[in-house]
Amino acid sequence: MNEVCVVTVGLAGVVAALLGGALPASSRVVAAVTFTWVSCAAALWAAVSVLSSDHVIALSSTAILPLTGVTVVLNPLGALFVVAIAVVAMASTLYWLGYASHGLATRSASSALPLFVTSMLLVPFAASVATFLVLWEMMALTSLVLVLTDQSRREAARSAAQWYAVMTHAGAAAILLALVLLSAHSGGQTFADIEAHARHLSGALRGTIFVIALLGFGSKAGAVPLHVWLPKAHAEAPGPASALMSGAMVNLGIYGILLVGNELLGGGPVWWWLLVSVLGVVSALYGALYAATSSDLKRLLAYSTADNMGLVMIAIGASGLFAASGHPMTAAVAMVAALLLMLNHSVFKGALFLAAGAVQVATGTRDLDRLGGLMRRMPVTGAVFLVGALSVAALPPFNGFVGEWLLFQGLLHGLPTSNTSVVISVSVAVAALALTGGLTVAAFVKATGIGFLGRPRSNEATDAHEVAITMRLGAGALAVLCLVLGLVPMLVLPAIERAAAGAGRINATSATRGWISLHLLGLRGVLAPSLLAGGMALAALAVIAVRRLAHHRRSWPAVNPVEPWGSGRKVQTARMQYTATSFAEPLQRVFDDVIRPSRDLDVSHLVESRYYIERIAYRTSNDDVIERQFYRPFIAGVRWWGQRARWFQNGSVHRYLAYGFVALVIVLVVVA
Amino acid sequence: MSFRSLVQTVIHPAKVTKDLGDAPSLPQSPVNLHGSLQIRHVDAGSCNGCELEVTSAFAPVYDAERFGVRLVASPRHADALLVTGPVTKNMADPLRKTLDAMPEPRFVISLGDCAHDCGVFTGAYGVEGSVGDVVQVDVHIAGCPPRPEVIVEALRGLTGQ
Amino acid sequence: MNLAHVLTQVLEALVQVAAVAVGGPLLLGLMRKVRARLEGRVGAPIHQPLLDLRKLLAKQRMRPRESSWVFGAGPVVLVATAVAVAAISPLATTHPPLGQSTDFFAVVFVLLLGSVALALSALDTGTAFGGMGSSRSMTIGALCEPALLVAILAMAIAARTSNLPALVRDGLAHPAVIASPARILALASFLVVILAESGRLPVDNPSTHLELTMIHEALVLEYSGPDLGLIVVGESMRLVFLLGLLVNLLVPWGVADRPGAWAFGAGLLALAAKVAVVGVAIAVFEVFTAKMRLFRLPELLAGGFVLALLGAVTAVVR
Repeated sequence: MNEVCVVTVGLAGVVAALLGGALPASSRVVAAVTFTWVSCAAALWAAVSVLSSDHVIALSSTAILPLTGVTVVLNPLGALFVVAIAVVAMASTLYWLGYASHGLATRSASSALPLFVTSMLLVPFAASVATFLVLWEMMALTSLVLVLTDQSRREAARSAAQWYAVMTHAGAAAILLALVLLSAHSGGQTFADIEAHARHLSGALRGTIFVIALLGFGSKAGAVPLHVWLPKAHAEAPGPASALMSGAMVNLGIYGILLVGNELLGGGPVWWWLLVSVLGVVSALYGALYAATSSDLKRLLAYSTADNMGLVMIAIGASGLFAASGHPMTAAVAMVAALLLMLNHSVFKGALFLAAGAVQVATGTRDLDRLGGLMRRMPVTGAVFLVGALSVAALPPFNGFVGEWLLFQGLLHGLPTSNTSVVISVSVAVAALALTGGLTVAAFVKATGIGFLGRPRSNEATDAHEVAITMRLGAGALAVLCLVLGLVPMLVLPAIERAAAGAGRINATSATRGWISLHLLGLRGVLAPSLLAGGMALAALAVIAVRRLAHHRRSWPAVNPVEPWGSGRKVQTARMQYTATSFAEPLQRVFDDVIRPSRDLDVSHLVESRYYIERIAYRTSNDDVIERQFYRPFIAGVRWWGQRARWFQNGSVHRYLAYGFVALVIVLVVVA
Repeated sequence: MSFRSLVQTVIHPAKVTKDLGDAPSLPQSPVNLHGSLQIRHVDAGSCNGCELEVTSAFAPVYDAERFGVRLVASPRHADALLVTGPVTKNMADPLRKTLDAMPEPRFVISLGDCAHDCGVFTGAYGVEGSVGDVVQVDVHIAGCPPRPEVIVEALRGLTGQ
Repeated sequence: MNLAHVLTQVLEALVQVAAVAVGGPLLLGLMRKVRARLEGRVGAPIHQPLLDLRKLLAKQRMRPRESSWVFGAGPVVLVATAVAVAAISPLATTHPPLGQSTDFFAVVFVLLLGSVALALSALDTGTAFGGMGSSRSMTIGALCEPALLVAILAMAIAARTSNLPALVRDGLAHPAVIASPARILALASFLVVILAESGRLPVDNPSTHLELTMIHEALVLEYSGPDLGLIVVGESMRLVFLLGLLVNLLVPWGVADRPGAWAFGAGLLALAAKVAVVGVAIAVFEVFTAKMRLFRLPELLAGGFVLALLGAVTAVVR
């Protein structure tokens, strides 16, 4: 049965893609969505069966890829990632049904999206180097098509697609190199073979492979400084595609790090996990800072993705450090926290991106400085975004809080140890966690408050109205899941523990217990999210009752809608409100040395006299500082080198023949 | 300030407030405020003489705050609108808007002779009228300017403390 | 877990909440009285804020025409979060209701939910003041969180748990824990955070009338009547609650250690006395301090963070 499921995943995806490409416009999206749902359901079935029992699904065949064959194995760790991806994919494809009338309905999009979903679902199943790389590449190519579709006329979308294409293939090259090195030294290309032979590799080689794989997978996950493609691609991709990329694809970067570090290489020395932690700390701080100072809604969400993936990497690094310094219980808690953070992020980031896509459809803009007043005009979308924002900010009663709490518990109990490197790195991690938490709260209060509350700041926002029912259902389902996972995290914790056992080579099957309250075994830590939420709800009801009673038997209406108080001035416009840029200005001032925004002041004078000013133009932009300081000079250098190298290619056939002759002579000399 | 004098100031603070006796028996306040009155002050065009007396009324010597009165920044927080001066043309609309922004139950106190009948500014080119011409006045405190004791007594009559 | 036990716990929770709800405005009144006395005035009676609240409940509710449901929900969430944490925290007794799951991190995040709700509802007013208050309050909150979380961590590492009643019990049972540099530094940082979060000088002037100098007051300029009353109650409850935690972690003697109504009552009285002393101290400090410039606040909060970090390091190293 499980084998049938696995085959169905791939088959249904291919069918969906074919139908999406072949059918006429009226039915192609519906057919593609239906078969994608079949594919997701099959993947969920297989994953849940693996997570709820201890067995593993394995399949292999030489029919599909002729030279290398296809090997498929689903272990609990992979199954957890499949669940996360399937949930986001089902919600996003449902959303796609409604979105199709605004875009993403071309033949290329309708065949690329199902293939994208299927390849993401199958990557955790891959159990040989060839299978993995084929699926990885397919995922990259289909997502590239999705970024470009419908918007290829816009310069920003084209540039984003270029950056994305180059960086994802650079990452894929690194992954290829690491996996090929592993299989070359193992005599076989299936993961089972590699695992068996990995311990015979020298320490230096293992270290090199890990670092290369970390760079490749880290780039996919959005680890700073390899994140530069992320804000561009996720911001420019259309609604469902950006939700899938941020909510599902970045998880596979984390999966890859765990795969290479723990499964294939079988764990490693402390410095590996130190490196992962450092990457995590830098990503978390950088992502949170740029999210807090960004005024483009989807760029803000994309930087927040980098921030959250940084948190996951901090947790993974901490888990490895604790395991290496002999604290299995805290290592278990940290790994469970990492996987729970990953799962939570998929759910709430998916909801946020779907809501942002709905806003973009309804108003035509992503600029927070031009939005506002959408909560009254788009109540469901606004509520979904609010739930997502509260979840990212790790506020109870939503799911983000439980993950952060677990991570704090792991760090807190693991800190008292004699290993100096652990102490220093975990202290830095805690400080970073705390600062990113604060910045994330500010960022999402800004996004929700300026984007949805108050008065509309432009005509587009004033004319917005609620989107199609399927779009609301897709986004709403993820928002409800945020609440459910926040109230009852025990639904997923046993599965996560099983996956963590596979991920960290630690016995993590009993790290947490309890149904109403969450008990950490072996450590003193208890949390009761549903009781907290219940208490708050009861208190809120009591307060509302008191407020109602206060109005009892009065002669004026219960609530009087009036003009807002503006110091009595004659005219109050919506432009007098705070914008996203002004909201973030105090924070930006604090971190001015890090962000270094570029400022342009252009003063033009009247022709008649320099004392009279005609026009002042002020422009400020928060470019990514790493992109500006490192990538652009690098690209400029490559371009310069390319210009220099044109000397070789001057069009003279005689010179080309001479090149060939010299090369042949050198080869003959070397071989002889 | 030395530590010794700091401790002295904390333990034995100076008290310059005048004792103003028992609560006066004044005509009933327009609404029962249960001993708490928040006031929003608007200068509709005065010469600032009345403002100085109001400042003096809330300063340590006369200390209106001990009777439950407080000045607030937003009309939404206020029960009473304290208007000083004749209403100039530019301040007529803001005055009306300020009153509209106050929640019920609310009332208007006009302070000083100018607020009552424009005083020395009657017929001036920038003056629209007295406060009573622009909004409905409930309580009037006479004087040019009224002494702080008079102001405090009127406010005590409103709070009942 | 029989019925009598459950009822006792519910009653304890209600009494604790009522004490904090009434004690909040009283503390406000006391602080204003102390300030007035030091300024040479008599000042309003200590129960004046309660009179103000009674009057506010009788006033009209108004909302900006283009606001959404978030505007009305802000004060409700603020008070509900304060009530929820007051009910389950070790204020009068070291075994509060549901004390087993009262995690210090959970309490702090629940209070943060209240602040976020208020900031969002200020943005919903559609005025420049609301946006300004929201922006400044969120900036300060963002810079307070590192100090606060690291301070909690410092105390939790020393006690091997972040359960709040356990931290208080630890101090009660082992007085040496209170004198440890970790806890002292952490509580000093906690005090800085309390001053910042509740909008007291030198971070924010609670009695200012100049909108450009406002941080917390700008959030509530648009509220009237019962909504304003709820916000005043909520903010004062948060102040009492945080000061109550501070004194119970620093000077736990007086907290009820065993079950029983008399011990509980004595615990409440001890809490009231301790919080009053700290409140008076803060009021005296406020009289002699000027408000800091807004853009110098990150320096103050960074100082608090460094204190907390030192506390955490000493907790680990010992």
